[in-house]
Amino acid sequence: MSAGAGTTLILDGITQRYGTALAVDTVTLDIKGGELVALLGPSGCGKTTLLRAVAGFLKPTEGRVIIGGQAVDHLPPNRRTVGIVFQNYALFPHMSVADNVAYGLAARGVGRAEQKARVAEMLALVRLEHLAGRYPREMSGGQQQRVALARALAVRPSILLLDEPFAALDKNLRLDMQIEIKRIQRSAGTTTLIVTHDQEEALSMADRVAVLNAGRLEQFAPPTDVYDRPETLFVNTFVGTANVLHGRLATGPGGTRVVALETGGLLPTVTALPDGTRVAACLRPQHVAFATGGEGLDGVVEIGLPLGATLVHEIRLDGGARLKTAEARAAGARPRPPGTRVRLSPTAPERVSVFPDSRH
Amino acid sequence: MTAGPAMATAGPVAAPGRPVRAWTAAYDIRLALPLGAFFLVFFLAPLALLLLVSFYADPGMTRFGLDQYARFLLDPFSLRVLGATLWLGVEVTALTLLLGLPLALLLTWAPGRLRGLLTLIVLLPLLTSVVVRTFAWIVILGRQGIVNAALLGLGLTDTPLKLLYTEGGLVLALAQVQMPLMVLPLVTALSRIDPNLADASAALGAGAWRTFLRVTLPLCLPGIVAGCLLTFAAAITAFITQSLIGGGQMLFMPMYLYQQASSLNNWPFAAAIAIVFLVAVLACVTLLNLVGRLSRGYAQA
Ligand SMILES: Nc1ncnc2c1ncn2[C@@H]1O[C@H](COP(=O)(O)OP(=O)(O)OP(=O)(O)O)[C@@H](O)[C@H]1O
Ligand SMILES: [Mg+2]
Repeated sequence: MSAGAGTTLILDGITQRYGTALAVDTVTLDIKGGELVALLGPSGCGKTTLLRAVAGFLKPTEGRVIIGGQAVDHLPPNRRTVGIVFQNYALFPHMSVADNVAYGLAARGVGRAEQKARVAEMLALVRLEHLAGRYPREMSGGQQQRVALARALAVRPSILLLDEPFAALDKNLRLDMQIEIKRIQRSAGTTTLIVTHDQEEALSMADRVAVLNAGRLEQFAPPTDVYDRPETLFVNTFVGTANVLHGRLATGPGGTRVVALETGGLLPTVTALPDGTRVAACLRPQHVAFATGGEGLDGVVEIGLPLGATLVHEIRLDGGARLKTAEARAAGARPRPPGTRVRLSPTAPERVSVFPDSRH
Repeated sequence: MTAGPAMATAGPVAAPGRPVRAWTAAYDIRLALPLGAFFLVFFLAPLALLLLVSFYADPGMTRFGLDQYARFLLDPFSLRVLGATLWLGVEVTALTLLLGLPLALLLTWAPGRLRGLLTLIVLLPLLTSVVVRTFAWIVILGRQGIVNAALLGLGLTDTPLKLLYTEGGLVLALAQVQMPLMVLPLVTALSRIDPNLADASAALGAGAWRTFLRVTLPLCLPGIVAGCLLTFAAAITAFITQSLIGGGQMLFMPMYLYQQASSLNNWPFAAAIAIVFLVAVLACVTLLNLVGRLSRGYAQA
């Protein structure tokens, strides 16, 4: 990765209020040069608002935007070297593809000959040389998206912002474009902020993922950390799937920590929280094992589904709670029939993450 | 883009409905019948009659000939009236566009509540009678009018200025009277422009003027053409305002026609004036439409 080569981007305590509503609540992100960061979160959590603050389309109520060590809060959008690709692409409908790509170059006073050369270079980069004369309405969604990317990159922005750039694309094209953008971003070393509510996209593309919820930053970490070591209950349930069980922390026999579930049963865990704390315990389906004897949670199989390479079961625990399990399916293996009595336990106590319960 | 999947899902539903579509088409035509009949009786028939009358060679309407057209087209006075009328339309249209475009931009960018208020102000002239509005302008522009009273009071002039019965006063009054016809199509065109386009332009390094000239203006060209057509047509045929504010010194086609028909009882010549006027206006409209055609591509963004 070309970290260090690109321009750094710092969001310093960004807060945005609309009237009394808090759209973004003191979000701080320290992004390295050349890094690709994904802003991940549910609809309305403030992703676009953050992007617009970086681009300069809105002046945040509080906080600073620092690009390459320079605070840019006083600069209008056209004086920040930020390229943006909008969710709907926002191509100029009355201009050909070539004119769209040349627009930013002309605005920055680049000479005709150089404009032409750069447009050709950019269209080659996104593999659209043959469509230079077309108008946006004569192109498919994926092609328009690539034009928008070429247009944003043509002026060599120090920061590239992408607002849900793949939302309108079908699955195959989406994967192609994700790889393409990653390739372009790496070769140009452009610091990139990509907004998405698709967790797979965030986890696969980003160097680091910033998970947002209701305007607040929940976690900012590499994708594997976000998935394996979620810092909050929200991250654990939003990224990937997780079974959530409620209970109270206790110390079991031999000094091991356990969650005494409200619905009965003990779930081993590893935590620094004190005994007696009400907690929500999270356990991913693939971290649930079928135990043969020993400690565990007892229940019956409600339904089992063979989903290709995995076997998924939904278990009804004796206390009434439901638990999903997922395991690799051996060749010829069939799901356990409904009604089968089973005993479940986590594959390891560390796999059970506990968070202070906010329900009460 | 979003239309794609929607159309695709609509496909199977509409497919067995081919006869339905044919039935719908037939029904559409029948729905237009009352209006068609109305047009035939009250528009096409009188127009045909007008055309017929214009081909009478003499005021007594005894024989046919092209004498009336020859009289108009060979008469410098008549041609000057036609020219003055079309020029008046151009002046009014230009002034209306000049004043209307900033107003339309303001209206489009205004936040919700202010927008409602501004829309009401723009629409207000349409809710009052032309006669009332014209008399208001007489009060404003007259020798003892508001403008002159203010100028005299401030000591900016010693003698009242002649504002009423001048071409400038007439252009101003007509521009105000026709303003909604310009602003409404402009607002429609402007509000159809994706606000992200202006943001995209700014992010690419363009200043406010470049964004306006390269993005906003070309994209609202269809609205400009529509507004100009309406304003032009309304300004050159504004009989009441033209006569009251213009006074006796200035003669325009509607008054010229009226004089010939009702004072001089020369119906064939009046009819010829009407036809010539109609053809001249149609020529102007076609010209403007041609400009609009060039920009048609933009509309469906
Ligand atoms: N101009 C505005 N006026 C008032 N509230 C706004 C405005 N723009 C955004 N909001 C609110 O701010 C919050 C964050 O909006 P934002 O557009 O940043 O969400 P988002 O994370 O991009 O969502 P999505 O995934 O749906 O695009 C939302 O609750 C939204 O209703
Ligand atoms: Mg958004």
